[in-house]
Amino acid sequence: MSRVNGFETGTDRVKRGMAEMQKGGVIMDVINAEQAKIAEEAGAVAVMALERVPSDIRAAGGVARMADPTIIEEVMKAVSIPVMAKARIGHYVEARLLEAMGVDYIDESEVLTPADDQYHIDKGTFTVPFVCGARDLGEALRRIGEGASMIRTKGEPGTGNIVEAVKHMRMMMSQLRQVQGMSRDELMAEAKNIGAPYELLLQIHETGKLPVVNFAAGGVATPADAALMMQLGSDGVFVGSGIFKSDNPDKFARSIVQATTHYEDYSLIAELSKGLGAPMKGLEISTLEPSARMQERGW
Amino acid sequence: MKIGVLALQGAVREHVRMLEQAGAEVSLVKQREQLEGLDGLVIPGGESTTIAKLMHLYDLMEPIQEMGRRGIPLFGTCAGLIVLAARIEGTETPHLGLLDITVERNAFGRQRDSFEAELAIKGVAEDFEAVFIRAPLITETGSESEVLCEIDGRIVVVQQGHLLGASFHPELTEDGRLHSYFVEMVEAAHRTRIA
Repeated sequence: MSRVNGFETGTDRVKRGMAEMQKGGVIMDVINAEQAKIAEEAGAVAVMALERVPSDIRAAGGVARMADPTIIEEVMKAVSIPVMAKARIGHYVEARLLEAMGVDYIDESEVLTPADDQYHIDKGTFTVPFVCGARDLGEALRRIGEGASMIRTKGEPGTGNIVEAVKHMRMMMSQLRQVQGMSRDELMAEAKNIGAPYELLLQIHETGKLPVVNFAAGGVATPADAALMMQLGSDGVFVGSGIFKSDNPDKFARSIVQATTHYEDYSLIAELSKGLGAPMKGLEISTLEPSARMQERGW
Repeated sequence: MKIGVLALQGAVREHVRMLEQAGAEVSLVKQREQLEGLDGLVIPGGESTTIAKLMHLYDLMEPIQEMGRRGIPLFGTCAGLIVLAARIEGTETPHLGLLDITVERNAFGRQRDSFEAELAIKGVAEDFEAVFIRAPLITETGSESEVLCEIDGRIVVVQQGHLLGASFHPELTEDGRLHSYFVEMVEAAHRTRIA
């Protein structure tokens, strides 16, 4: 954090607050200016600028790295909503480049090939906020301990299969309830068991919620998927391959935005789901080789 | 006193908490019918393009404009300020267009330029904690609108009768004084209507 003309930038409140402003919204993966405009026009609260969407990264194989800055800049020029971009886990130089380019949020993401198999980025030292994936409360709190200002479920990216995102969100919510209900003297043992910083666990014990916003990601492909994740307790939704790998991206994008806002209005969501065309094809999780499971990346 | 919070997207629960702390009864507004019987409405921070699109989609623009014309107090923060403004730089089409000001979106830069500062707000506080996130600035005010706060000579809070707008997020702090000020505006307007 630093002071510019007496203004304090990069504080926790400013970084976490940015994610608070995204609540109830949909963040969409885009690979060029044209897709970014479709996303903005459909009501996305932010876009994630990428070289390839997760399902194509999966198909291409090899090492997936930070996107070409040209693509990120093209997207930043095309829209007025915030632009996020991904850096490899532990690759703090990629993250510094994204920060220098003026990206609004960095996703230290398991969708890319990890650059460090032991350590995540020390995110608290950056002015730009970070979002990180998590499968359970311990993982979320380790990332928050490192300075993440927003969490998203990992799910299983690029599969169009919601099952893993559901599993991770249910796990997180259930653990939050457990920690809140514990007696104070059980907390240190729980911190040890789930590998979470004690201070953060104590905070959750008192408030019953994560100290940062938690979105759903990794498998959202339909309006009903988005509404399901909101009902399970997500603050908002990331849609990766689900939009631009569907038959009708514009219509899918609009419908998913509306289903996220009105996640309890079943007749509206039924209406939105009519005649959408085919969603992305999707993958059955059990067919994935263990090495193809992106959610196992990071710890 | 019943105050609605427009709950299409953004920092909804923060405003609910602050208004309740200031003694108001609060309800969420996602649909037109939910505007009925409100004595005031808050348009929260969030993404102004998303909020405005959803307001159009669910036919909320016209009834909220009507509330504004009837003298029902409206309070917009950050994105909500943009939604209230009569003129938005770089575009021909304002949203509600009620507050006689011109706003510039993302006027301080990108997220890395977002900041906190302590501000003096006329009639509210001398030391208000303000959180600016990709914030807009008020670049021009009409003759009816009163400037309540500036930062380095740039306008960040205005009031025009029953309309209040701030370019920062009072809902992200523990400082309830601006919300209390708005609740008082709502109470005063209510007394005038029944008188």
